Amino acid sequence: MINKDIDVAVIGGGPAGLAAAISAREHGAQSVVILDRNSWLGGILPQCIHDGFGVEEIGRSMTGPEYAEEYIHRAKELGVKTMQETMVLRFDKKRNITAVNKKGLYRMQAKSVVLAMGCREKTRWNIMIPGDRPSGIYTAGMVQGFINLYNILPGRNVIILGSGDVGLIIARRLKFEGANVLGVVEILPYATGLPRNVVQCIDDYGIPFFFNHTITHIKGRERLEQVTVVQVDEDMVPIPKTEKKMDCDTLLLSLGLIPENELSTDAGVEIDRLTSGPVVNQNLETTIDGVFACGNCLQVYDIVDLLSLDAKRAGKNAAEHTTTQTQKKTGIQTVPGKGVKHVVPQFITQSGIIHLTLRSEKPGKDTVLRITKNGNEILKKKLRFVNPANMIALKVSIPSKIIKSAGIMEVTINDD
Amino acid sequence: MKNFQIAIIGGGVIGSAIAWELSKYKLDVVVFERGSDVASGASKANSGVIHSGINSDTSSLKARFCVEGNKMFQSLADELGFPLKWVGKYVIAKNEEETKELKRLKKVGIDNGVPDLIIKNGSEINEPNVSCFAALWVPTAGITLPYQFTIALAENAAENGIRFLLETKVTDMKKQNDSFLLSTNRGEFRAQVIINATGVDCRNIVSMVEEPDFQVYPCRGEYLVLDKKYSSLITSMIYPVPEKKLGVLGVHITPTIEGNILLGPSAEFIDDLYDKQTTRKMTKNLLAKAKEIVPVLPDRAVINAYSGIRCKLAPLESGGWADYRIEESKHTSGLINLLGIESPGLTAAPAIAKQVLKMISLHIDLIAKNNFISRKTMKRFSEMSLQEQSNLIKKDERWGRIVCRCEQITEKEVVEALNNPLGARSLSSVKFRCRAGMGRCQGGFCTQHIVRIMGEQFDIGIKDMKMKSPNSYLFYRRNREVKE
Repeated sequence: MINKDIDVAVIGGGPAGLAAAISAREHGAQSVVILDRNSWLGGILPQCIHDGFGVEEIGRSMTGPEYAEEYIHRAKELGVKTMQETMVLRFDKKRNITAVNKKGLYRMQAKSVVLAMGCREKTRWNIMIPGDRPSGIYTAGMVQGFINLYNILPGRNVIILGSGDVGLIIARRLKFEGANVLGVVEILPYATGLPRNVVQCIDDYGIPFFFNHTITHIKGRERLEQVTVVQVDEDMVPIPKTEKKMDCDTLLLSLGLIPENELSTDAGVEIDRLTSGPVVNQNLETTIDGVFACGNCLQVYDIVDLLSLDAKRAGKNAAEHTTTQTQKKTGIQTVPGKGVKHVVPQFITQSGIIHLTLRSEKPGKDTVLRITKNGNEILKKKLRFVNPANMIALKVSIPSKIIKSAGIMEVTINDD
Repeated sequence: MKNFQIAIIGGGVIGSAIAWELSKYKLDVVVFERGSDVASGASKANSGVIHSGINSDTSSLKARFCVEGNKMFQSLADELGFPLKWVGKYVIAKNEEETKELKRLKKVGIDNGVPDLIIKNGSEINEPNVSCFAALWVPTAGITLPYQFTIALAENAAENGIRFLLETKVTDMKKQNDSFLLSTNRGEFRAQVIINATGVDCRNIVSMVEEPDFQVYPCRGEYLVLDKKYSSLITSMIYPVPEKKLGVLGVHITPTIEGNILLGPSAEFIDDLYDKQTTRKMTKNLLAKAKEIVPVLPDRAVINAYSGIRCKLAPLESGGWADYRIEESKHTSGLINLLGIESPGLTAAPAIAKQVLKMISLHIDLIAKNNFISRKTMKRFSEMSLQEQSNLIKKDERWGRIVCRCEQITEKEVVEALNNPLGARSLSSVKFRCRAGMGRCQGGFCTQHIVRIMGEQFDIGIKDMKMKSPNSYLFYRRNREVKE
């Protein structure tokens, strides 16, 4: 057993973990260690070889690997220590971490912990598609890894279920490699991925989009042979006699992401069932003292730029926590109201400028976002367009009288 | 052409149990398995229950072999190192009427020699999430991992000289003089005694040499697997009173060794021996029926679904119940048929194997070996103490590399799984041996690492990598590879 004392332990070395670690060092934490399961840093970024990373944050469009490089370089420069191929087995309320790698087992006592474990992809069984169980059914991210990191083309005739960003981007990538992309099937009347990806990855390549459709059956006893595509009504219920049998050897699932919080849950971190990520305050601190959360394990982001900015705040706060005393945790709750899926942070303990991130429930035009507490309006903002695919980020000034009185702060988006 | 004394057709739990018994003797034995691994059919797709023997009438072979098999399991588990837990089972009655059935089952159980059966009031059972009028407590029912039991039998048999030919399908068989000539996709073989342990295919094998005097009525059973998060819902198996019309035990809730809960199986007579699909209708049905037993069961807890095919010798119309047939063909000497081995086949397997041994001894002298190798078993990394983990990592750093994050499986465990003595090298072979890929992400993260290990340490080309069966290819080609 190898024992270590550290200031800030960052679990996960993807974009969130890197940003948090850099920021922790920049804000005075002495020993900052990133623990990552992979043999590389950057998490999912190295397989995201398309560009568009960093536009909003740095003002320059980079590929995933380039963006990761920037951060890895900066982390090294600042003396962030990294432990790769290292799996955190558990941590506890006292921030005692047990981890393993090829050198042995580690027990680390951290003054602060930053959770940056990322997310995993939904599988066939999250939406229970019945039928046979052949090979050839992959999640979109898995295939992105196979094509871009391992130089493997998994199939020839591909259908994509779900229109998340990874699915859209991989559709174009498959086209480049000579595969036939027979269509993208989406149960909603609109794409869940970003509009720019719909245009640049699907429309530009003439790939058919089947909105209001889903897949109800899988056929193929060994390798996938056919899927049944069916139209759905407004309640997403399949419409009889609209079944189309489509031959294919590969089905890619781009059904959305699930924050990875098994470690957090085991440690006793409270999880928000709306985001599937930890409940946090305005400092991105979870319900365990000194444990912060950022990145896709906090909530699923759509672009890395905003994720990195939030992660830097988590890193800064984690660094400050190593020297300052614990603040009291009581405060007001923030809850999503009409038209809003979820809001982060879930509670606020301090007055001042608060960063809020949220998602709308459905696409809308000329909407009004309101933040109210006990019927009193704190903020009203017109939003020309809202789309669940685009996370909404706001800075809100919260006066101290709001924090002091009991109640719940509600965020709503209404048509006006 | 290669000559064997005994050819076992079928590498399921029955074929593997027989192979294991035979591996203790000086014999030349081959096992033909058409799948890419043993336990490719019903042997892996069942509840994993070691039954006590309360369900079949005393005069039946099902009762006899079930009770005998049950008694053998603990020492087998100790010897072969597969997991086994005597969690017990409750058969629950929803009302007074059903309580009569509990009494009947108790009587059958007592007649069959099943010990310690007790009927309890609904308030007396140790399952806070189950509500019922009364329940029959069966303490001698247990759970195992059926595929790991089969794999343990087969691998230890292989270590003791039994030849396992995977992806080898027997396409024809002829009796010539005193031996059988078998045609397969891997050439011809000769054997003196044939063991037909092919499950749902048993009639097809018989019909190669004679007109079968029976029919097979495939009956599909679908299962749902729940996330480990919900493992605390039940601690023992919970069964309804059996569905007599179908000759099955009904949808039950079974804890597994690994902490997942199984819901199922359904019972649906189908036409196709190999149609192992899962259906929306049954999924809904299973959840609804399971909720009748455990009302707090969450809707979105399912991480996987599968089905298996029961080999029934009686059709739906006659109630679906028929006894096992464990017999040598009257017309073809040396052909030992194991017909209709459905539930409780897993429990009965070791006892059936002993019986088959006796039948073989009428043809071939069984001379015990004195150099039988016992199976080396390995604890799972995640179940070791920190000290044990540390020590192993010092010896081999691959113990310190976690490949499957959901189940915490190390690279060393994956390599050991791929190194199996059967030569089974599919993704499922890894999954069923060490559990990599069986967790909640269902292989989302670890598949790439297992594929890498298959390539780097086992020199398997990407076009030869398979998921589970001879043609279940994982990949099409390398990027931009020129097609020959």
